[in-house]
Amino acid sequence: MIEIIISLLVLLGGFLSLLGAIGIVRFPDVYGRLHAATKSATLGVISTMLAVYVHFHFVEGLFSGKVLLTILFVFLTAPVAGFMIARSAYNVGVELWDQSTQDDLKKAFEKKAKAKKARS
Amino acid sequence: MLTLSLNISLIIMSLSILVCFIRVVKGPTMSDRVVALDTIGITLIGVIGIVMIIQNTLAYAEVILVIAILAFIGTIALAKFIEGGVIFDRDHN
Repeated sequence: MIEIIISLLVLLGGFLSLLGAIGIVRFPDVYGRLHAATKSATLGVISTMLAVYVHFHFVEGLFSGKVLLTILFVFLTAPVAGFMIARSAYNVGVELWDQSTQDDLKKAFEKKAKAKKARS
Repeated sequence: MLTLSLNISLIIMSLSILVCFIRVVKGPTMSDRVVALDTIGITLIGVIGIVMIIQNTLAYAEVILVIAILAFIGTIALAKFIEGGVIFDRDHN
């Protein structure tokens, strides 16, 4: 029974990692690729590490806090890394996909520049 | 059954690292390469986790933690570097 749960978690982790890799190759621009990288690959790794924890807890009888700490760390830092990459890409001037229709951040930047000019 | 699914998942994760490496080589901009390198680091954590189950040892837990921390710090440093060339900026205004 516990082996089936571990197998399912491990297979789910591999499948989600493969989805992330396919998304990184196939999506058209940086911002789309970030969706694949920061959501699906991260969930795949969390699922795999959960399988590691379940294996060592229920089969071997060992408690491993480091594995749980790894899950927490990946869960906390992957969105931060994705946000930093997206912000630096937008500031450097990486273009959006030519078929994307809306750019809210550009409007916000223009509004801020206009307010600054009116103040000075 | 557990051995079979572990082997299948190990092969799939190795393939996804290879596919991410294509984007590292090919990527049109620097940001694409940083995204792909971050994903390679995260997938490597999963590979070492599966190796932990296969070899039935807890010795690699520290290795996983160090790889996670290094991937995060490397991604942040590269993102700051391609943004302005300044990694530690000390003027807060």
